[in-house]
Amino acid sequence: MGSTQSPPVTFASINPKVLKCEYAVRGEIVSHAQRLQQELQTKPDLHPFDEILYCNIGNPQSLGQQPVTFFREVLALCDHPSILDKSETHALFSSDAIARARQILDLIPGRATGAYSHSQGIKGLRDAIAAGITARDGFPANADDIFLTDGASPAVHMMMQLLIRSEKDGILCPIPQYPLYSASIALHGGSLVPYYLDEAAGWGLEIFQVKKQLEDARSKGIAVRAIVVINPGNPTGQVLAEENQREIVEFCEKEGLVLLADEVYQENIYVENKKFNSFKKIARSMGYGEKDLSLVSCQSVSKGYYGECGKRGGYMEVTGFSADVREQIYKVASVNLCSNISGQILASLVMNPPKVGDESYESFAAEKNGILSSLARRAKALEDAFNGLVGVTCNKAEGAMYLFPRLHLPQKAIEAAKAVNAAPDAFYARRLLDATGIVVVPGSGFGQVPGTWHFRCTILPQEDKIPAIIARLKAFHESFMGEFCD
Amino acid sequence: MSPKPLDYESLNENVKKVAYAVRGELYLRASELQKEGKKIIFTNVGNPHALGQKPLTFPRQVVALCQAPFLLDDPNVGLLFPADAIARAKHYLSLTSGGLGAYSDSRGLTGIRKEIADFIERRDGYPSDPELVFLTDGASKGVMQILNTIIRNEKDGILVPVPQYPLYSATISLYGGCLVPYYLEEEANWSLDFYNIRQSVAAARSKGITVRAMVIINPGNPTGQCLSEANIRELLKFCFQENLVLLADEVYQQNVYQDERPFISARKILFDMGPPISKEVQLVSFHTVSKGYWGECGQRGGYFEMTNLPPQTVDEIYKVASVSLSPNVPGQIFLGLMVNPPKPGDISYARFVAESKAVLESLRRRAHIMTDGFNSCRNVVCNFTEGAMYSFPQICLPPKAIEAAKKAGKAPDVFYCLKLLEATGISTVPGSGFGQKEGVFHLRTTILPAEEEMPAIMASFKKFNDEFMEQYEDYRGYSRM
Repeated sequence: MGSTQSPPVTFASINPKVLKCEYAVRGEIVSHAQRLQQELQTKPDLHPFDEILYCNIGNPQSLGQQPVTFFREVLALCDHPSILDKSETHALFSSDAIARARQILDLIPGRATGAYSHSQGIKGLRDAIAAGITARDGFPANADDIFLTDGASPAVHMMMQLLIRSEKDGILCPIPQYPLYSASIALHGGSLVPYYLDEAAGWGLEIFQVKKQLEDARSKGIAVRAIVVINPGNPTGQVLAEENQREIVEFCEKEGLVLLADEVYQENIYVENKKFNSFKKIARSMGYGEKDLSLVSCQSVSKGYYGECGKRGGYMEVTGFSADVREQIYKVASVNLCSNISGQILASLVMNPPKVGDESYESFAAEKNGILSSLARRAKALEDAFNGLVGVTCNKAEGAMYLFPRLHLPQKAIEAAKAVNAAPDAFYARRLLDATGIVVVPGSGFGQVPGTWHFRCTILPQEDKIPAIIARLKAFHESFMGEFCD
Repeated sequence: MSPKPLDYESLNENVKKVAYAVRGELYLRASELQKEGKKIIFTNVGNPHALGQKPLTFPRQVVALCQAPFLLDDPNVGLLFPADAIARAKHYLSLTSGGLGAYSDSRGLTGIRKEIADFIERRDGYPSDPELVFLTDGASKGVMQILNTIIRNEKDGILVPVPQYPLYSATISLYGGCLVPYYLEEEANWSLDFYNIRQSVAAARSKGITVRAMVIINPGNPTGQCLSEANIRELLKFCFQENLVLLADEVYQQNVYQDERPFISARKILFDMGPPISKEVQLVSFHTVSKGYWGECGQRGGYFEMTNLPPQTVDEIYKVASVSLSPNVPGQIFLGLMVNPPKPGDISYARFVAESKAVLESLRRRAHIMTDGFNSCRNVVCNFTEGAMYSFPQICLPPKAIEAAKKAGKAPDVFYCLKLLEATGISTVPGSGFGQKEGVFHLRTTILPAEEEMPAIMASFKKFNDEFMEQYEDYRGYSRM
C-alpha cells in the first residue's frame, strides 16, 4: 500500500450497522444447502437424497407454482407494445388481455414502459390500485397516498429510515417476526422492542403484553415510534381476529405509535372462520380518520396466489401523516427515481384482477382457486405431519405460506448442539438438511421465547411431493430423537 | 395529544438533509404547469424513452417471451417473434429456477453474472469473476449499498466531484457521512485538478475527517467529459497513495460523442498498471441498462463489480443484498441482453445494429446542436458534451438578476430556470442541484429531446435567454425603462 494503513474497506472498517444486520432466510443453512446442491451435481451418490428441497423461503414459482396466465399476457404485451396492432396477436393472446394492455399503456406517458415514471409510480396505476383498495375495504383510498416500490421490502426500509434517528428509537416487533424487520432496524441503527406472540393461544397477540413491552422500553429511555404487525403472520401464520385488530388500532392511537401493517399475505387465508381485514378498514370502521392514526399498509405481488417474487412489485399506502412528512417520504423515494415499471403494472393487476364476465375470468378463477385450495391442503397436510411427530407441536397455518413447528428437544440434543457451538434448532435444521436435503430456517432467525426452539418450513413444494417430504421428515425425526433420547 | 412519531420535527435528521434536485423544485413546478395544460419539455432527467426514443426491438421481444413462456409452445409464436428472440428467451428462462416470477440469487442469476463477466473480459482484456458481480434494481441501489457499507459516521468522508450527480450527495446525507468536494475545472473542459483534489483531502483531514472513498463519474454527469487514460492512471495512483477505494460510476460508457477519448474502464487501467497498484487499489465499478443507447430506465437493471475487496467484506455486502431478497428478474435479463447483444449472422442483428447506431449517431448530432446552440446565446458558455446525456451551460447572470433572485427568495440559477420554464416550458435542473463554484451558475439539460424538435427548442431558449439578459443587464449604470 502507498501508506501503512490497512485498505479502506476491510471487514474491520465497514459500517458496524452492516455487521449487526442478520437475515437468516438466506443465511448460513442456505449456503450449506447450495454447497450440497453443487456436490449432488458432480457426485450424485454422495448424499442420501437426490435433490435439495428449498423450504426456507416464500418463493412459490421456484418450486413449480405457475404464474397467472392473464397477468403474464398483459405484462408481455406491455413489454412489447408494437405487437398490439398486429392481427397475428389475437391468435396468441386473449382479447381482454390485449384490451387491458392497451388501457394500461394509455395511462403511461408516451406509452413508454422504459421511462422512469413519477417517483410514487404511474398515476393511472395508482388510481387503479386505490380503486382496488376501496373495493376491498369499503372505505376510500387515494392515489396520492400510494408509493409503488420494488417489492414491499424497500417500503419497509424507507419507513425505518424516516422513523429511526438513533439507537434510542425503538420499533415494536412481533416475536417471532419476519427478519426483514430486525435486519432493517439494525441497518438503520435503531432498537427492536420485542412483543411476544402467544404460542399456546394460536400465536395470538395480547395487547396487555405489547403494553408491558412498550412501558419497559420507555423506562429504559427508548422512544418507541412504531409497531409492526404482520397479518396474516410470518412465520406464524395466524390471522388476527377483528377484535384484536381494534385493540391494536386503539393502542396505537392512544400511545402515539405509527402502525406498520405488513399485509402481504392478505390473499393467503386457509380457514373458513377467519378473513382478512385491512387495518385501514378496521380503523375507518371504528371512526378513526387521518387525524387519529398514522398508518402504513404494505402489499406485494410476491405472495397471494400470484407469487411473482422475481418481479419486485409492491406498494405502501400511507395515511395519517402531515404534508411536510409526506414530502420527505416523496423526496427519499425520488432519489431512487422510481420502481420498475413492469412491477408497477403487476401491482395494478393484482389489485384489479379479471372480473365475472371478462373473457379470461373463468380460466383466471380456476388458476387462482387451484393454487389457493392446494396451498390450504398442503398447509393442513404438513401441520398434521408435524403434529404427528413425537416431541413436535405445530400451530395451524391459518394464512401466509409457512409452518413454524416447535421442537421439544431432549437435553442430550441441546448439549450436542452446544458442543458444536450451534443453537439447538440450527443443529436440528442442519442435521435435517444433511439427512434429507430439506432446507428449513432455524427459529432463532425469527426470534422466539428464550429456551424454546422452532424452525420455519414453507408449504410451497408441489403437492405431489408432499407425501415424500413428510415421509423423509418423519424418518429423520425419529432417527434424531432416537439418537438423542434421554 | 402528544406529538406523533412521524411529525416533521421528529423525523430522522439525515432524511431532512437529503436534497435531490433532479426531481426537486423545478420538476414539481413543471409538473404543476403541465397539469394546468402547459406544454412542458422535460429535460430534467436522463430518461430517453420519455422523450420519444424507442426501445430496441430485440430485447423487448425476448423479455415479452420470458414473461409469457406459454407462448413458446404456441405454433403461432413465429408469426410475431423471430427465431433468435425465441431461442434467447429459452436461454434466459433456462438460467432461472422457475422463470421471471421466482426470487433469484440475491446477487442476481448466476448465468447472467457470467455473461456480464464475459463482457467485461472482452471489453477490457482482463478476466472478471462473476462471483464479484452483483446485480441490483438499477445502479443507484448499488451505489447506495456500497456507500452504506463504507460510511460509519459523520467523520467518514467521500470525495465527490463538483458538479456531481446528486445521488451521491443525497446518499451521503442519508447515511450520515461527509461529502468532500473536489472541483472539476470548467475552463479546462471539466478536467481533474489533482492539486485541488489534494487540497480538498488535506482540508478534510485537518478537520478530523477520514477520507475513505473517491467517486468518479466517467463519462461525467452533468459535465459530460470523458477522462483520458492519463487521467485515470493518475486517479488510481492517487487512490493508492491516499488509501481510497475508487467508486467508478461508468453508466454512460456507451455514450461517447468524440473520438479522441474513447471510454476506457478504470478496471482496465488498474490492471494495465500492474502490481502493486493492480493488487492493492480497491475498486467498485457501476453500470446500468438505463443509459447508453438502451435507455431502459424503467426496467431498473444495474450491476456493480468489485475488485480487490476482501472476501469478508464481499460476504457482508452479500448479506445486506439478501435482506432485499433479489433484484427484479426482467431487469437482469435486460442486462444480459445488453452485454450479449445479437451477433453478426443472427436474424435480428442487422435491425439491432441499425437501431443502436441510429440512436448513438443522433445523440452525437444533438450533443453538437445543443452545445453550439448554447454558445450562440448571450452570456452563455458551454463545454462540449463529450459523453453522457447532458449539457451543462454556464449562465453568466448579471448582478441585477442576482438581486432579483434574492428578492424572490430563490438561488440565482433557480430563479433563472423557473423563468425559463414559465416562458418556454423547458424544464431544466439548476446547477446548484449538482454543485458549482461559488458565484458561478449553470443549468443542466439533457440532449434527449427529439432531433427534429431541437432547433425549435434551442431557438426558444435563445429568445428567452437573450431577452432575460437584456432585461437584467445594465452596462450603462441605469436600468432600461
